[in-house]
Amino acid sequence: MQQQVITYLNEKTMAAPLAVFRILFGLLMVFSLIRFWYYDWIAKFYILPKTHFHYYGFEWVQVPGNWTYLLFIICGFSALFFAIGFKYRISIVVFFLSFSYIELMDKTTYLNHYYFVSLVAFLLIWIPAHVHFSVDAHRNSTLRCEFVPRWYLTALQAMISIVYIYAGLAKLNKDWMLDALPLSIWLRSKVDLPLIGQIMDERWLHFMFSWGGALYDLCIVFFLIWSRTRIFAFVIVLFFHLMTKILFPIGMFPYLMITATLLFFSGEFHTRILKGVSKLCSISYKKFCNGISFRSEKYMQNLTVSVFTVFFLLQVLIPLRGFAYPGNMFWTEQGYRFSWRVMLMEKTAYANFKVVDSLSGKRFYVQNEDFLTAFQQKQMATQADFMIEYAHYLADHFESQGHENLQIFVESYASLNGRKSQVYMDPNVDLLTLKDDWKHRSYIKALKDD
Amino acid sequence: MFKKTSILLCLFLTCFACSDPMETSMFTDNFDRAEMLEFWADDIIIPAFQSYAENLDGLDQAASSFFTDATATNLEGFRSAWLAAYLAWQEVSLFDIGKAEELGLRNFTNIYPTNTDLILSNISSQDLNLELPSNFSAQGFPALDYMLFGIEEDDALILARLTEENVVQYVQTLIDRLIDLNASVLLDWEENFRDEFIANAGSSATASTDKMVNDFLFYYERFVRASKVGIPAGIFSGSTEAELVEARYADIYSKELFERSFLSVKNFFRGISFDRTQEGNSLEDYLDHIRATNGLELDLANSIISQWDSVDSALTELSPSFANQVTTDNTKMLALYDEMQKAVPLLKVDMLSALNIQVDFVDADGD
Repeated sequence: MQQQVITYLNEKTMAAPLAVFRILFGLLMVFSLIRFWYYDWIAKFYILPKTHFHYYGFEWVQVPGNWTYLLFIICGFSALFFAIGFKYRISIVVFFLSFSYIELMDKTTYLNHYYFVSLVAFLLIWIPAHVHFSVDAHRNSTLRCEFVPRWYLTALQAMISIVYIYAGLAKLNKDWMLDALPLSIWLRSKVDLPLIGQIMDERWLHFMFSWGGALYDLCIVFFLIWSRTRIFAFVIVLFFHLMTKILFPIGMFPYLMITATLLFFSGEFHTRILKGVSKLCSISYKKFCNGISFRSEKYMQNLTVSVFTVFFLLQVLIPLRGFAYPGNMFWTEQGYRFSWRVMLMEKTAYANFKVVDSLSGKRFYVQNEDFLTAFQQKQMATQADFMIEYAHYLADHFESQGHENLQIFVESYASLNGRKSQVYMDPNVDLLTLKDDWKHRSYIKALKDD
Repeated sequence: MFKKTSILLCLFLTCFACSDPMETSMFTDNFDRAEMLEFWADDIIIPAFQSYAENLDGLDQAASSFFTDATATNLEGFRSAWLAAYLAWQEVSLFDIGKAEELGLRNFTNIYPTNTDLILSNISSQDLNLELPSNFSAQGFPALDYMLFGIEEDDALILARLTEENVVQYVQTLIDRLIDLNASVLLDWEENFRDEFIANAGSSATASTDKMVNDFLFYYERFVRASKVGIPAGIFSGSTEAELVEARYADIYSKELFERSFLSVKNFFRGISFDRTQEGNSLEDYLDHIRATNGLELDLANSIISQWDSVDSALTELSPSFANQVTTDNTKMLALYDEMQKAVPLLKVDMLSALNIQVDFVDADGD
């Protein structure tokens, strides 16, 4: 059995799917970055805010002021270069590093699909996606290949499968399945959409979308793998992701996932795409179809296999870490990020910080808008690690103004999926005694569920 | 294949249709946001701006009566016209949308504390540009408050001072400016913005309902709760600051001004028309509609209103002068603040999540 799997993974397969994915993924990233710039988000999210929220272990990542624009330029060009397969290895490494650095600058902007981009870029560093239909392979005939060992393609497919299946499993909870939450909250406000708007208030529709969404995430990969259902599955992929695009402000995510699912299509399908592209750009495609199969150096192959083994082991385990914590994961958000929990909750919150001089008893409240952007305030109020970091920031600020013996408390309320608002953090805990760590956050009040 | 699927789908739908006891019919009525917006525009907002315009006219007339005949009686008339206009302002301040937002009406009308040094230097200065943000605090009602009540020690001296030519000119400039600003806002409402406002009945972040609700929350939290009550009570600084009350030179009116703005908040929420004679579609109704459609336990609209009733009862304890109140017994002022504060999570958390409106338009992707 094990031998069979190994043989299967080492079989040669066409390199065309990797080339098509490389091109589409790269161009999508270029477009994403331009869009980000165009909306002026570089300034709004990174340059203008007075402070930033850091990921655990990445406190050293700082926003480089106006150089952030350069960072985006570097990131954009590296994406363009790896898309066309020009100096591929360097480009993809630079892209992975610059994109990840951008994401690490402030966790306010965390999105699952940015994380997905970083992971895919990391995988692509090790994958020979440039041996077929690329500038590098065009110029260097020794690099040119028509086939690659199957496992490179399998790695990317596995990454996509992990995303979908974990996203599906995460939907199997009471709110999503039995109450159609938070979808019913979101859909109800879409009644003004043309054509479909009038049914957005309907209860059955909320349940259809909830159950359909869960079913989709859990099954789609299997339907894509099986060649007989593939076309049908892809139609569903298009419908599902374009529907989410219409209904929710989720940016580039739908396009990213649509692109990614193309990886499940046959080599012949991708060859046809590449032939079409070649014709359009008057490039000779023939020379890439040289019958040669890619082989890397033995040490490189061993290294890649080891890296991938560790990588996928982590990818399977990381999303599960949330279960190690007591309490409702949606409420505490312990182990929530990096777990493919997508569009699962509607959380509105409010946090009011009280600064106390522990000796004199003098106290005052903080106006959050003096320190944080609206976006940061919104994220901060729903997540304990943000509040702790913010409290420490406030303490530094007020100490520099001459205040002493500071204690900082927070009166916070959150509403999860339309429940009545409840006290979130223990209002009697001095936030300055806490730090951001991986321990269970016992100072988050338990969710009272009705 | 298709047949089977449709049968399954029908079964599936029927299951949900009967499993939910709250759902008596498969088709529920959607809340008519356009109707609510129309009521807001025609029965609350535009009449409020019209009334404010009339009161500003009254202020202008009282001012010219005083300037032609500077008697103590006319000064009294001038002052009460100022108060009437200031009270009328409290009912439009909430509507920082459209032209008002574009012009920054609130910034030019009611920034306090007023900057007396700047006013005095403006009076003697030849070239005056009140459109500069640096002059926010040298104009509007707080500046008039200073000129009418605080520029000199007592009424006799004030009266004398108010006859000086450059002082007269400055006062008149301030009044003209209030009139002009409001005239362009009102004109825009009547001629363009009303229809645009009502037509923009969607649910995007830039739709009228979403923007208005955000304005409403911002106004309540920042201008009513913090500026009028919290800041003088020392909530954000740790010590009371009586000189930061609204209308500090005529502080005897500070409570009345607060009451009027708070009333405009409540009436807006409940959909009570400006003339107090009608009730229309409101946020209260919207919340009730959502509660009914979803079978929610919490009667949110009612919780908010009863919390505001507690604000009203805390208010009865207070002296007409908030400045006096924070100096003599700040605990009562703090109690008022606490009651106002308790409504904030209900509004900013529960109401926003029920209406699915994002607090402050955050222009970013989600996932």
